Amino acid sequence: MDAFLRLHPEDNVLVALKMVEAGTPISIDGRDVVLTDNIARAHKIAASPISAGDVIVKYGMPIGRATANIAVGRHVHVHNIRSDYTPTYSLRDTDGVERKAS
Amino acid sequence: MTSSIMGYQRKDGRKGIRNTIVVAYLVECAHFVATEIAQEFRDQDVQVIGFPGCFPNEYAQVMMERLCTHPNVAGALLVSLGCESFNKPRLHNAVEASGRPVNTLVIQMNKGTAKSIAAGRAWVKDALDQVADVPRAPMAMSELVVGTICGGSDGTSGISGNPAAGKAFDLLVEQGAACIFEETGELIGCEEVMAARAETPELGDELRAAVAKAAHYYDTLGYGSFAAGNATGGLSTIEEKSLGAYVKSGASPISGLIKPGDVPPRGGLYLMDVVPDGEVRFGFPNISDNAEIVEMIASGAHLTLFVTGRGSVVGSAISPVIKICANPDTWNAMSDDMDVNAGAIIEGQATLDQVGREIYDTVVNVATGQPTKSEALGHREFILTYKSFDPIGPACLPAA
Repeated sequence: MDAFLRLHPEDNVLVALKMVEAGTPISIDGRDVVLTDNIARAHKIAASPISAGDVIVKYGMPIGRATANIAVGRHVHVHNIRSDYTPTYSLRDTDGVERKAS
Repeated sequence: MTSSIMGYQRKDGRKGIRNTIVVAYLVECAHFVATEIAQEFRDQDVQVIGFPGCFPNEYAQVMMERLCTHPNVAGALLVSLGCESFNKPRLHNAVEASGRPVNTLVIQMNKGTAKSIAAGRAWVKDALDQVADVPRAPMAMSELVVGTICGGSDGTSGISGNPAAGKAFDLLVEQGAACIFEETGELIGCEEVMAARAETPELGDELRAAVAKAAHYYDTLGYGSFAAGNATGGLSTIEEKSLGAYVKSGASPISGLIKPGDVPPRGGLYLMDVVPDGEVRFGFPNISDNAEIVEMIASGAHLTLFVTGRGSVVGSAISPVIKICANPDTWNAMSDDMDVNAGAIIEGQATLDQVGREIYDTVVNVATGQPTKSEALGHREFILTYKSFDPIGPACLPAA
C-alpha cells in the first residue's frame, strides 16, 4: 500500500494513510524527495511547490491558503496554512509546533 | 430489496423500531427524581430525557413534544417540580393526543422526593405492562428516518467513514428512506457545491443562506466548529473539516431543508439547519455531539449514523446510534464501542462501496432489533438546551 493518497487529481497535497517517519524516501509525481518531518496518519504533505498565499487544494476544493512557502514533501498543517473563512483558534497547544516556554 | 423490519405501530400512524418509556424531567430540579424513578427499571427500556432550564423556551417545548411522541417512544412520565415555567399541560396534551399513555407527576404536590419516586415507579410499572401489547407491523425502508452526524473527526473521517456513510445514505434514499445530515457550521466552504444538488433553485438559495447564517454566528462567537483533536488528527482549517463532513451526505439530490423537530414529509435527503435564528443569543449551536443527535431524533430519526476518526463512546436516549470508525488505529483501540470498521478502507482491505453496504445492512439489522454497541453498553446520553428558530419557508420542503 502506498503511504500517501492523492484524493483528487487537482490536489496540491497528499494525505498520509499511515505514520511515515522523517528520512523516508518517497516519490511524488516522479520526483524523489526525502521526508524531513514525521507525518502522522491523515496529515498532509505538499505534492508540488506551494508559495505563500497559494490556495491549498484537497478533495479538489480549496481548504485554505499557505502562510509560507512550502517545499514538495513538507508537512502542510496549521503552522503554514490558514482558513479563508473562520480562523482556527484551538491550535495553540496542538499544532505540533514547538514553542519556547515564556 | 425486501426488509424484515417489524415496527411498533403507533396510534398516530407512525412506526417505531424500539418501544421505550421515557421519564421526562421538565426542569433540572426534577432531574434527580426522574433518574431515581428510571433506575428501578435499569434492565428495561425506560429512559430519562429532559430540559434543565426554568425559563420558557419554544424550541425546548417543541423538542420535548416531538421526543415524547417519537415513534420509538411508547409512553411518557412527565416529572415536574411544580413551579417551573415549562408548559406541562401542553406537553401532556400532545402526548395524550398521540394515543400514548402519559402522566404528569408534580413533586411539590406529591410530598417530595421519596413519595414522588414511589408514585413514579408505580406508574412506570403499569405503563410497561400496557405498552408490552403495542401491535407490531411490517415496516418498509421508506418508513425509516435516518440521521448522520460526525464527531471526534480527524483526517481519516473525510476519506473513509464519512464517504462510506454517504454511500449508505445513497442506498437508503434509493429505498425511499428519509435521510438527514446536518451541522451547517461544518459545511462552511461547501455551500456552492451543496446548493447545486438542491432539487430546486429556491432550495439552493435556502441552503446557501443556512451556511451563511452559521458562518456569521460563529464569527460573532469568535470560535469556529474546530476542536483541538481535529488538528492533532491532521485537519488544518474549518473548510477542510467541512469537506470531510459534507461527503457523508452522499450523492443524492437534496430534497429539503429542515430545522430541529421538523419531520421530513417524505423520503429523500434533507439538510438540518441547527444554527439558531435571529440575534446571537444562546452560545454555541451544538455544544456536544449529543445535542446534534437529539435534534435528529426530534425530527423523527429512528437511527443515527455517527462517524468518528478519533473515537467516541456516545449513544443516545430514544434512538440507537450506529458508530462508524474511520481510523484503523482508533478501531483497534476502541472496537468495543464501534459498530462498523471503515478504517479497513484506509488499510486497503475494503472499498467505500463495501463499507457503505455494511452500514446499510447494519441499519436494517438494528432496525430489526439487534442492539448497537452503545445500546448494549447502556449508553443513553441526552442534552437539550436553549435555542430559537423561525419556521421554515415553503421553498424548504419538496412538493408532495
